[in-house]
Amino acid sequence: MSATTLYVPCDAAALAMGADEVASALRSACADAGHAVNIVRNGSRGLFWLEPLVEVATPAGRIAYGPVTPQDVPALMAAGLLQGAEHALRLGPTEAIPYLARQERLTFRRMGITDPLSLADYEANEGWAGLRRALALDGPALVKEVTDSGLRGRGGAAFPAGIKWKTVLQTPAAQKYVACNADEGDSGTFSDRMTMEGDPYMLIEGMAIAALAVGATRGYVYIRSEYPHAVATMREAITRATAAGFLGDDIGGSGRAFHLEVRKGAGSYVCGEETAMLESLEGKRGIVRAKPPLPAIQGLFGQPTVINNVITFASVPLILARGAQFYCDHGMGRSTGTLPFQLAGNIRHGGLVEKAFGVTLRELLYDFGGGSASGRPIKAVQVGGPLGAYIPESQWDVPMDYEAYAGIGAGIGHGGLVVHDDTADLSKLARYAMEFCAIESCGKCTPCRIGAVRGVEVIDKIRDGAGREQQVVLLRDLCDTMVNGSLCAMGSMTPYPVLSALNHYPQDFGISVEPVTA
Amino acid sequence: MTAAETISAPDALSTVRDILARHAGEAGALLPILHDVQEALGHVPATTVGEIAHALNLSRAEVHGVVTYYHFFRAAPPGRHVVQVCRAESCQARGADELLAQAEQLLGCKSHSTRADGGVTLEPVYCLGLCALSPAVMVDERVHGRMTAGKLAGIVAGWEISQ
Repeated sequence: MSATTLYVPCDAAALAMGADEVASALRSACADAGHAVNIVRNGSRGLFWLEPLVEVATPAGRIAYGPVTPQDVPALMAAGLLQGAEHALRLGPTEAIPYLARQERLTFRRMGITDPLSLADYEANEGWAGLRRALALDGPALVKEVTDSGLRGRGGAAFPAGIKWKTVLQTPAAQKYVACNADEGDSGTFSDRMTMEGDPYMLIEGMAIAALAVGATRGYVYIRSEYPHAVATMREAITRATAAGFLGDDIGGSGRAFHLEVRKGAGSYVCGEETAMLESLEGKRGIVRAKPPLPAIQGLFGQPTVINNVITFASVPLILARGAQFYCDHGMGRSTGTLPFQLAGNIRHGGLVEKAFGVTLRELLYDFGGGSASGRPIKAVQVGGPLGAYIPESQWDVPMDYEAYAGIGAGIGHGGLVVHDDTADLSKLARYAMEFCAIESCGKCTPCRIGAVRGVEVIDKIRDGAGREQQVVLLRDLCDTMVNGSLCAMGSMTPYPVLSALNHYPQDFGISVEPVTA
Repeated sequence: MTAAETISAPDALSTVRDILARHAGEAGALLPILHDVQEALGHVPATTVGEIAHALNLSRAEVHGVVTYYHFFRAAPPGRHVVQVCRAESCQARGADELLAQAEQLLGCKSHSTRADGGVTLEPVYCLGLCALSPAVMVDERVHGRMTAGKLAGIVAGWEISQ
């Protein structure tokens, strides 16, 4: 009898729900019953409320069960788990689960399907197809393909990737670099972590294509220290990809070199700002640099450097493999392609939803998320991390596209959605935004360093009710200074959550007057 | 964490010298060096800062500045166990503030501090990337989602049995 294949995810979120214990319970139960099984530790499908999600390969495809605990294993085995039989935890064919079936998985098309570190799995699922095509093209042709795709930076700033690459390509230098910003510090985001843990070769391939496009021979993946699993998986993936000839002195027999290395951050949120990240990579305090010069001209160690977020690089292999037009066919307006949205906070079905731009917050919250986890009404959704605006229900039907969101004074950022129910106090969350900025400010510019401290004090006074009207004027004035006077997004965007909270939820600040519209 | 307690000062210096030798010639090597030192010794002892600075041709102030800038690096050894409670917005939306207060009570030490007997260090973190399973905590490098005071008490009870 041939071995049955079982899948138990190794993603940190699955581990946080006991996936290792489930895998070992399955292993011993199968051994006891004399069943030959092959347990693959796949990435997560991103349906986190169902983790640990166990899948079994059957002639009819993969069948899912979840959430599985070690205590469920005996009953599952008795019911016929290995044949995909009925059980209370059986979810049916994985691909038919509506949450997954309704997505447009482009970048995440392999996620949860493959063994993250298996080169054979990667190759068998369109892996390296983009790099192989890239090896036959010259730098300008590669840059053109990425420019034509309309791909914009997925880290939050949404700057066209092709234009950035072109600047690096056209800047002559003996040494150029590719740096991946994997300092995913925004609350409510985990798509970078999932990519590095669940499909690391995709990131490697995207970075290698960037290196070929601009003529860089060295690259770094800067990963935050809070992601130990991602660090370990990326390091192992780089070792294996190098041994297989996809990195190193001679990429794919082309005679061209690209050496890649993981660098671990050290718990500084502002190092997700690209110039602070460069300082950190150079071994210094993560202090923001003034721009210009642009990192594309004088970046790491003063050399031209392509800096993109994980998802930006991870989108590139598909663009090369299937062509710019294929990518453009998704999305709306100037927001082409897809974005992996991340549903988090007080949400019933938290997880990753990859959709083309243009989806609305309401669809994500209810059609996918199933409403709040607490069962109470949703009050506010913070979109785009700690520097993102709180979006009230009146704006949940605005299509999620970079321009439409800018139009309502908000940003999509890295696609993280943090849901709060009606017990949330938005004045407390506004205070937290200032407090977080005070903790994480690099200290270089005054509006951010001092402004955040004053911001906490002013919000405290508003909450206490002392001279409230006057303090609100002061808070708006302070936010104006921070927006216009800060060196980077840390200080200039902290007012987004603060002002959106104040404008849309004035009652939480003790203000009963007519709400001021944003 | 027992490594930190048993390594004496001269041993710490020789450990640091080995680490420095491994990173010789590496561009921008200070953070990787500090990570290795902390992994080997549990923290970055002030007594090793001069050695690191000398090897990298930096001033002691520059190295001290880096060690103290980053939240991750410790100037003193942590407790035998480290409990990190995520305080970011997603976890706040699921009761992280209450959980942190409960953890302080349960562990008998304040946030940002190590208990007097050296048993445990409690610290807030800002996002473990487990935001769909808030509130999240990390205990001794193991991640846990949908944490409750009761589950945390179970983990703590497990330490006492193993000691």
